[in-house]
Amino acid sequence: MAVFYILLVFMLIAAIIAVETDDLLSSVICVGAVGVGGSIMFLLLRAPDIAITQIVVEVLGLIILIRATIARDLTFITGDREFFGLVVSIVIMFVIFLAGVRVLGNLSPFGTPVFSKVLGAASQTYIAEGLQKTGAANIVAAIILDYRGYDTLGEATVLFTSIVGATVMLRSKCRKSLEDKCQ
Amino acid sequence: MKGMTIIVKTVSSWVKVLIFLFGINIILFGHLTPGGGFAGGVILAASYVLLMLAFGRDFAEKNLSLTAASQLDCVGALMFAAVALVGLLYGAASFFWNLIHQQYLADKATEFKLVSAGIIPLCNIAIGLKVGASLFLVILTLSICCKDFKHSTPSTKE
Repeated sequence: MAVFYILLVFMLIAAIIAVETDDLLSSVICVGAVGVGGSIMFLLLRAPDIAITQIVVEVLGLIILIRATIARDLTFITGDREFFGLVVSIVIMFVIFLAGVRVLGNLSPFGTPVFSKVLGAASQTYIAEGLQKTGAANIVAAIILDYRGYDTLGEATVLFTSIVGATVMLRSKCRKSLEDKCQ
Repeated sequence: MKGMTIIVKTVSSWVKVLIFLFGINIILFGHLTPGGGFAGGVILAASYVLLMLAFGRDFAEKNLSLTAASQLDCVGALMFAAVALVGLLYGAASFFWNLIHQQYLADKATEFKLVSAGIIPLCNIAIGLKVGASLFLVILTLSICCKDFKHSTPSTKE
């Protein structure tokens, strides 16, 4: 149990540094540290599927962010924050904190699944009948691709749409900058 | 950008094969071991990103061009939708119905074997293709854009 607290403190420190530092590159690296801490936590909580996905996406995202960061000439943040934005973010954080206290008070203890509290939850049916009904030994694959196939289709659609949008926007921006260069 | 030093190039020319095979392994055994289409696809994309970082963008684009990556992306998405539609058109007429498992594999005790679970391996392959191609596409487009951005704006520092 102490491992989780150590990881939690590590992630908190990294997150605070990521927000507070002036250097964009160190901020990006601290975001990566938060992700690695989360991935180790998932691994220790016996969720290897999530741990693999988390670490792999974190590494690739870090590469993208670092490339996008060091390509800019200006890597230091200058200027103060706006007063209105500061007030709004503090109010929103306070509301989320109040809601979080209520929600976290009702959760089961750390490390035990929430559905063990609820009798007849859908997940218990999945665990009991998943292997026989879908034939997949990995119960996570059985749930996300068979029982919850619609969710995965939605995810794939979101990814497809966002990547089409990003490609179109970035390429038109590229073309414009090329045209400006030619003139 | 012409790539990195000869040490990085030599090491990455060996390692990229292992990373690629590991991604294929994660995708193909997604219904038996932890992992699956999404994680495996990201690992496939990572092997191409390693290629791009070590050897430069032109070399990676020669291996998998922008057009080919977008076509693979569309093929993956269409394959996933087609697997879902097969369950709707044949058999129990419900979207994502596990046709292959229910009709051919259910009474053959195929648990823990590679050929099992019906449509789940097919879905894993489709998602792996889609995610790998699309993430590589994002990095390729970003690197093209960043290069032009760097060249077109006069740098302030020296």
